[in-house]
Amino acid sequence: MVNDVDDVVAEFLVESYENLDRLDQDLVRLEDDPKQHGTLASVFRTIHTIKGTCGFLGYTRLEGVTHVGENLLSRLRDGTLELDEVKMSALLAMVDAVRDMLRAIESTGADGDEDYAELIALLTSLQSAPTAVVAPAEVAPAAEEPAPKKRASRSRAKKAAEPVAVDAAPIATNPADLVDMPMGAILVEEGLVTQDQVNIAIAEQSLGDQRVIGQILIDHGAVHPEVVEEAAKRQTDAKSNLAESTIRVDVDVLDRLMNLVGELVLARNNILQHIDGQAEPAILAASQRLDLVTGELQESVMKTRMQPIGSVWSKFPRVVRDLAVACNKHVRMETEGEDTELDKTIIEAIKDPLTHVVRNAVDHGIEMPDVRLAAGKPAEGTLKMRAHHEGGQVVIEISDDGAGIDANRVKAKAVERGVVTQLQADQMTDREAMNLIFLPGFSTAKQVTNVSGRGVGMDVVKTNVEKIGGTVEVTSELGKGTTLRVRIPLTLAIVPALLINSNDDRYAIPQREVLELVRVDGERARTAVELLHDTPVYRLRGNLLPLVYMRELMGFPPSAETDALTIAVLSADGQQFGLVVDGVVATEEIVVKPLGRLLRNVQVFSGATIMGDGRVALILDVAGIARASAAAMMVHNDENEQARLHRSSNEDGEYTPLLIVATGADSRVAIPLADVARLEEIPVSTVESTRGRDVVQYRGDILPLVRVSELVGSYGDNALGDDITVVVHAWRGRQIGIIVDRIVDIVETKLPSQRDQVNTTLVVADRVTELLDVGQVLAGVVGSLFDDLMEVDA
Amino acid sequence: MSVSTSTRSLCTFWLAGQCYGVDVLDVQEVLLVHELTRVPRAPAVVEGLMNLRGLILTAIDLRRRMQLPERDRSTTASSIVVRADDGPVSLLVDRIGDVVEVGPDTFESAPEATAGSAREFVLGAYKLDGVLLLELDTKRVIADPTASAV
Repeated sequence: MVNDVDDVVAEFLVESYENLDRLDQDLVRLEDDPKQHGTLASVFRTIHTIKGTCGFLGYTRLEGVTHVGENLLSRLRDGTLELDEVKMSALLAMVDAVRDMLRAIESTGADGDEDYAELIALLTSLQSAPTAVVAPAEVAPAAEEPAPKKRASRSRAKKAAEPVAVDAAPIATNPADLVDMPMGAILVEEGLVTQDQVNIAIAEQSLGDQRVIGQILIDHGAVHPEVVEEAAKRQTDAKSNLAESTIRVDVDVLDRLMNLVGELVLARNNILQHIDGQAEPAILAASQRLDLVTGELQESVMKTRMQPIGSVWSKFPRVVRDLAVACNKHVRMETEGEDTELDKTIIEAIKDPLTHVVRNAVDHGIEMPDVRLAAGKPAEGTLKMRAHHEGGQVVIEISDDGAGIDANRVKAKAVERGVVTQLQADQMTDREAMNLIFLPGFSTAKQVTNVSGRGVGMDVVKTNVEKIGGTVEVTSELGKGTTLRVRIPLTLAIVPALLINSNDDRYAIPQREVLELVRVDGERARTAVELLHDTPVYRLRGNLLPLVYMRELMGFPPSAETDALTIAVLSADGQQFGLVVDGVVATEEIVVKPLGRLLRNVQVFSGATIMGDGRVALILDVAGIARASAAAMMVHNDENEQARLHRSSNEDGEYTPLLIVATGADSRVAIPLADVARLEEIPVSTVESTRGRDVVQYRGDILPLVRVSELVGSYGDNALGDDITVVVHAWRGRQIGIIVDRIVDIVETKLPSQRDQVNTTLVVADRVTELLDVGQVLAGVVGSLFDDLMEVDA
Repeated sequence: MSVSTSTRSLCTFWLAGQCYGVDVLDVQEVLLVHELTRVPRAPAVVEGLMNLRGLILTAIDLRRRMQLPERDRSTTASSIVVRADDGPVSLLVDRIGDVVEVGPDTFESAPEATAGSAREFVLGAYKLDGVLLLELDTKRVIADPTASAV
């Protein structure tokens, strides 16, 4: 018996929580458009249901609060009162109070000690607030139901739940009319009949007519039978859709189902591996069928765990509204793609990060109304949330039309906090600077508010998103707004992976972290890897890609193979590095399993999986490898900074890497590698000219070009082919391209400790080579270059 | 894992010539070890990972864990799968013995006969006919060795 009651209470709680979530949404929507009759009716019904049930279950405090709320709502619904901000706040406060009490019921079994006298008084006083509109007489009974009528019966609840004008009439003679929205109201709302016609029909009913409203209307010739039929169909559809097409399932059951499917996938892989073309046709056919069914089953089971992202978003309108009111701002929220589905675990994981982002956007992104008006924007700010699928991932965009992020302020702050050096800041692109906001302890808020801006936040957002294999990036235009783009995988349990081989063992790398595979054969394999300081690097399309040797990382003996080099280009924390492996085996769907306690601290592995042949393979943790390979990270993070440090310690006789380029027929110039941001091949046809200076459009910027001969005064200019080779150099926050004839080599050499002001001549690899001090030379030769360009920009 | 006063059953095994036992209630199963996947960069006591019907178990080399001399690599190790809070763990031993019943009367808590460093993993000794059976403290064995490092 006790258990029965518990079940009832549990069901009541689950149902009420869901209702409350919808209530938040409805109320906020109502605030935008107080005239939405349907929404108001739905709010009223929700509160009424909670009131009815809690009265039945004996939660008197809860009933007391919902009762006054219901009274207020019924007046609003009738049009006796107008919904304004004060009433809205009171109603939201009531929703919060109800939620608190539900929580109390959940944990203690009783609805708490607080009596919410103040709230009740407020709600009551709002009810009787003087309003010009006089209540139509026929509406009165439902609205003025005497207050302490506890233990309202179920049928009474239903009746009172019926909307407005038809309320007073005893229309509940046909079961179909017991659906939430009576036929008359549906028809009136759709403009098919007038309210008067319905009122007449209702009057006839109350005089003893046994026909249903729809029938009366048809008989009156007010409406076509088909129209009524259609409305009736919609009425029942709405009912059955809600009640009969869904069931509640314990998440544990789904988790178990998911595990079993994982096992089945493995068994399938195993079987497929043992069946080759020579197998008996019957077995072959059966295995193909097994493959197919398993795939479909996997998909379906995954689907059971899918939830629309709207289930998280539904909480945001309320968050935005409360926050906007607290900040004295006007913010409108728009959503798009709320039915985009995601695995439940992922939904749970992104809930907090998203909330944080939304709060940030309202608090810091969107300006005060007067500021907005002054900037020529509407006083009301817009917060847009968009979600869509893109290549096996879900992309969530949160954008505001607020002030945007000032890249220069971010840089200044970063320098002030000691996060980056001035030099690094100068060399950063705006885009790179934006990403600084994800560093721990970073906040550009001018003031700390009690909402956000304490400098904890964006880094936590990033960490949480990355924990589930996602990425975050921010783009912003000063004065126009900020967009945060979160990419997350659809599911976590079964992931496509690349299987690689090292020292005869197989390892899996989640496909989402693999950018590309590079294989270098033959002679090239021996020379392709160069050393930058002590870090091996590979030139991947002009970028220096730091390499991590799998064998070295794992403590295996070095590979005997020298004729081939296989590099998996991986991405972690937005940085790239190459993992040198023995070979690539295959790509396969793997089931991720956690490692035991003893192995949790091995940072290069994130889990393990069972292969088709039953053997266990470890799953590489790409971010962990990046961390474990500190050398690689060094090149990543502060390629230039480190190189500079290196150069300044030349006096100790250390080796400096130099990029050797050819200019003219046979003169050679060395450029410290530290000064080299990138190597590019640019088609001659894209070179444009402005103010006597060659420029090229490069990564959304204008890259001025200088010939190396201009800098070192050598003669013999480039014999132009189709492409020119350009050494891109970052210079005072801008980039400049140095045209060279040819890249010859990268060498490491000791620089003479005493160097004169201008260029030094070295002997590198038996050739006389001029060392270019790029910064100095550029300053001398093209000092006014950027000033010119600035004008052009403007 | 406290020593109960009534008769208990221990699953026995051999390790470097010494007989040890684990309460049968803690043992999920015993099996021969076929294939292990080694785990680079793991603590030395972790011999590898094994697939037990879809479960991935960490296999701990008990000799190494108890700082006993290395096992002859030409012999196949046996595995005792013991239940732990964190899921089952496989313990690699030289050879599996019988299940024996022991009573409290033969128990001695501070075994003098145990070799030095192995003592910390032993709960006590049962003096059986012709053999001394040491009861293994599986919780100790399974605990993170870096946490309990000497």
